[in-house]
Amino acid sequence: MEHIRTPKVENVRLLDRSSGQRKASVGTLYLSATHAIFVENNPETRKETWVLHSMVSSVERPPTTSSGGQLILRCKDFQIFQIFIPQERDCLDVHASLARLSRPGVCACKYSELYCLSFNPNVNKEEREESWNFIDLAADYKRMGVPNNLWVATAANSEYRVCDTYPSELFVPKSATPAIIVGSSRFRSRGRFPALSYFHQDTLAAVCRCSQPLSGFSGRCQEDEMMLQALMKSNPGSDYIYVVDTRPKLNAMANRAAGKGYENEDHYTNIKLQFIGIENIHVMRSSQQKIVDVGEMRSPSVTDFLWGLENSGWLKHIKAILDAGVFVARAVADEGVSVLVHCSDGWDRTAQACSVASILLDPYYRTIRGLMVLIQRDWVSFGHKFSHRYAHLDRDPKEVSPVIDQFLECVWQLSEQFPCAFEFNERFLIAIHAHVYSCQYGTFLGNSQKERRDMRLHERTHSVWPQLWKDRGKYTNPLYKAEQSQSQGVLRPNTSPYCFKPTIEPSLPELSLYSYML
Amino acid sequence: MEFAELIKTPRVDGVVLHRPFMPTVEGTLCLTGHHLILSSRQDNTEELWLLHSNIDSIEKRFVGSLGHITVKCKDLRVIQLEITGMEECLNIASSIEALSTLDLVSLMYPFFYRPMFEVIEDGWNSFLPQNAFKDLESMTDEWRLSEVNKDFSLCPSYPPLVAVPKDFDDETLKKVATFRHGGRFPVLSYYHKKNGMVMMRAGQPLTGTNGRRCKEDEKLINATLRPGKRGYIIDTRAINVAQQAKARGGGFELEANYPQWRRIHKAIERYNVLQESLIKLVEACNDQSHSMDRWLSKLEASNWQTNVKEILTTACLAAQCIDREGASVLVHGTEGTDSTLQVTSLAQIILDPGCRTVKGFQSLVEREWLQAGHPFQQRCAQSAFSNSKPRHEAPVFLLFLDCVWQILRQFPCSFEFNESFLVLLFEHAYASQFGTFLGNSAAERARLCLPEKTVSLWSWVNRPQELERLTNPLYEPNSLVIWPSVAPQSLLLWEGVFLRWNRSSKCLDEAYEEMVHIIEYNKELQTKVNSLRRQLAQLETEDPLLHTP
Repeated sequence: MEHIRTPKVENVRLLDRSSGQRKASVGTLYLSATHAIFVENNPETRKETWVLHSMVSSVERPPTTSSGGQLILRCKDFQIFQIFIPQERDCLDVHASLARLSRPGVCACKYSELYCLSFNPNVNKEEREESWNFIDLAADYKRMGVPNNLWVATAANSEYRVCDTYPSELFVPKSATPAIIVGSSRFRSRGRFPALSYFHQDTLAAVCRCSQPLSGFSGRCQEDEMMLQALMKSNPGSDYIYVVDTRPKLNAMANRAAGKGYENEDHYTNIKLQFIGIENIHVMRSSQQKIVDVGEMRSPSVTDFLWGLENSGWLKHIKAILDAGVFVARAVADEGVSVLVHCSDGWDRTAQACSVASILLDPYYRTIRGLMVLIQRDWVSFGHKFSHRYAHLDRDPKEVSPVIDQFLECVWQLSEQFPCAFEFNERFLIAIHAHVYSCQYGTFLGNSQKERRDMRLHERTHSVWPQLWKDRGKYTNPLYKAEQSQSQGVLRPNTSPYCFKPTIEPSLPELSLYSYML
Repeated sequence: MEFAELIKTPRVDGVVLHRPFMPTVEGTLCLTGHHLILSSRQDNTEELWLLHSNIDSIEKRFVGSLGHITVKCKDLRVIQLEITGMEECLNIASSIEALSTLDLVSLMYPFFYRPMFEVIEDGWNSFLPQNAFKDLESMTDEWRLSEVNKDFSLCPSYPPLVAVPKDFDDETLKKVATFRHGGRFPVLSYYHKKNGMVMMRAGQPLTGTNGRRCKEDEKLINATLRPGKRGYIIDTRAINVAQQAKARGGGFELEANYPQWRRIHKAIERYNVLQESLIKLVEACNDQSHSMDRWLSKLEASNWQTNVKEILTTACLAAQCIDREGASVLVHGTEGTDSTLQVTSLAQIILDPGCRTVKGFQSLVEREWLQAGHPFQQRCAQSAFSNSKPRHEAPVFLLFLDCVWQILRQFPCSFEFNESFLVLLFEHAYASQFGTFLGNSAAERARLCLPEKTVSLWSWVNRPQELERLTNPLYEPNSLVIWPSVAPQSLLLWEGVFLRWNRSSKCLDEAYEEMVHIIEYNKELQTKVNSLRRQLAQLETEDPLLHTP
């Protein structure tokens, strides 16, 4: 509470620019430890607007005018609030408070200021513990038919001994001995050795994931080569595997100078290397900034808009991710060939490609519960760095990137092409997106399973999944038909450029909507 | 002339047909006077019946003696025919070429077509001007129906009956007609019941370089103003284009002579530019490069969406003047037969809920396009694949339909018809078995005796089995004015026309059917609830015990 200088300001005007509100409403602004709350004066509505501090990405203070001070709140879910405060003194105070409150951990880099550690829904201890068991990854592997005589659980990473960003429970080919696993992990960036992401029962082909090999220009590792051989052998139907490097080839080559790189096809027998060309987190971050700017242009012409859209590169990146997923899904379903996916560290582009492939391959992941399982597996459990990417704490801005945003958008683009194939609707994707950023629940906190364990998040926070499940009524797509042809089997999307829809809504509709010139 | 002269080879066996998203068919190709037919002669495979008039261009090439003919249609579909034998292939190609470029209207298919369905209501009589005027009379007595153009001599592109201010006799109208391009003197386009404001349309005033004026013209349009109120003249040309028109005898209303009017210039493109835009857009949609940057820059370079935005914005402006400013509006460009009609018809869709019904929209097309003299035959002679240099071709009507689709997409429950109806109108404007879109004006249609010799599109559409397919299941009558967003983000590419043959619509069709199913099921349940409520009420009255707690 020490950061709140003024807990209450009266006669404040608020304009919710993203909802198309045209006239600001007058009311009182309250600052709590967790929220900025605006309550309308209008006695009939008394409408309340709650903005979570952790959802605020920036607080701007344009120059004071004769009518007082002004703040512009930009949120991580792209909402924009304009707040007019009559007294400049109040405006300064609110600005300072919000700026501090929206950047938790600014001094100590500590998680303790995060909302999920104070958030206390009305549940008891047992219910909370139960909430963490709501999504059971072992059960999902069982659903895929794993373990079986091809894939087995390995204890190699128990206590995160081999790889501290991996989960402790992993599946590997039956012939991969602990020695092979450990040897392979030493040859892989951050020890992220090849492990199972998805097993396709119909073709016995698998989607596996790892990080780049530490090959440099000529380095090789016998255990790693044996590991890939084991992956190939675990699919009786094929005599080679695809290694999908999701990076642009140039980037992968540049990595060799740093002792990293990609698999040398001369050293690995029976692999086919494929580059996909998804750009890195820095390119994606700047692309998103550009597309947000396009959305904020005032009365743009069609040329401004389309040029901005092209220049941002956003849809090009979405297409690259979807193309990666399509490549993997086709290899597994149509050719019956297993695929090993990696990028650099194997936690961003790899997560995108693997999870899109799973959505395409298996109808289960197109259900409400299935998407939760998928995100829990390919993102949360496999060590996608949520806290870094979504700036949960005020740390390195170069680590921030809209990686899961892009995955969610891929799912949305697919749902536009296959309107009956998904059990959930757009609201579900938006809700997940909001919770990735909000820090209201512990699910997406931290950067790995180990970090979450060390923070004892299961004891101190709640899981988001049971809450989303409870609200599933509002997340259900009425057009979903489990038995319809498009809902079954493998989805084969059209990834021609014209099949991608720009998802930007006008952020200032009051300018474009009702005044056509006069 | 006999069609047989043009058909060098009427029949070829073993022809292979490739169509987008349909299985390949092998069969016999037949050419008739009006159709290209391909049939496998098996019961369960679909045949191809293609009107020659739907063919925009053909290309032929040979691989050995196997000929490939690519047929590009005005509805933007592209199909391939494989014909063995060079001579047969060349014969077929040149026959198609000749049959698809017939200039003589009287040889068009509508004159030969006999309906295979029962006509419930003859479409030629469905939208007579006198009936439309009766509606107007019920709202106001300030207008009269003039027969001054009954023999089309005053204005060849106007219908025989037009609504004009009551106090103006035909002699005055004749004077005004000499002052307006093509004799298109200002006539009533729309009466806004809510506030009595009107929208008129005309051709440009013929002021020329020395600023000619016409007192009768000034009086005529001033008669539509309320005392002390100003009106708006919306000129669909940019100011410099309007200036240049003076040199050719045209021009615009000078402030000095029309002090009660404020003139606004909007830049809607003229027909040759629009045709170019369509060609570029379709070329972009058929680009196989798979590059997002290339697609977006080609889409931008086509300017199609810019044209949509410009037309829609101008229509919104006209509607805003009438509804929000409470002012009367006069719309014109140069001839008053293209951009003018886009603006007046779209403004009515925005303002008048009646235009958003199936019948109301047909009536609007009849009034503001067919009767108002949009030269359909010239504009729709060729579509996006034409190799020949465009003369008078332009997708003016297609752009109008695209704008309607944009509004429909933004207000999915406010229209009684669905997207299929708009696509159907697009198809029939370019190639049809019906006579509705033949000719360039009411005068031409009268000369061709179309009502006697051809069937109206409306006769076919206004039957239950067709209407069912064209009706929007989400429709809930909405009596309000609907203001569309014209922000570029809000305007999408009309997939139903431009991507129709480039991507499978199976999944979207399934979704549509599912939606229809849900709505029907919901209605069933609603009926059930109502009948149960009635039963309950009855039981309560019969059994007084139910009342006691």
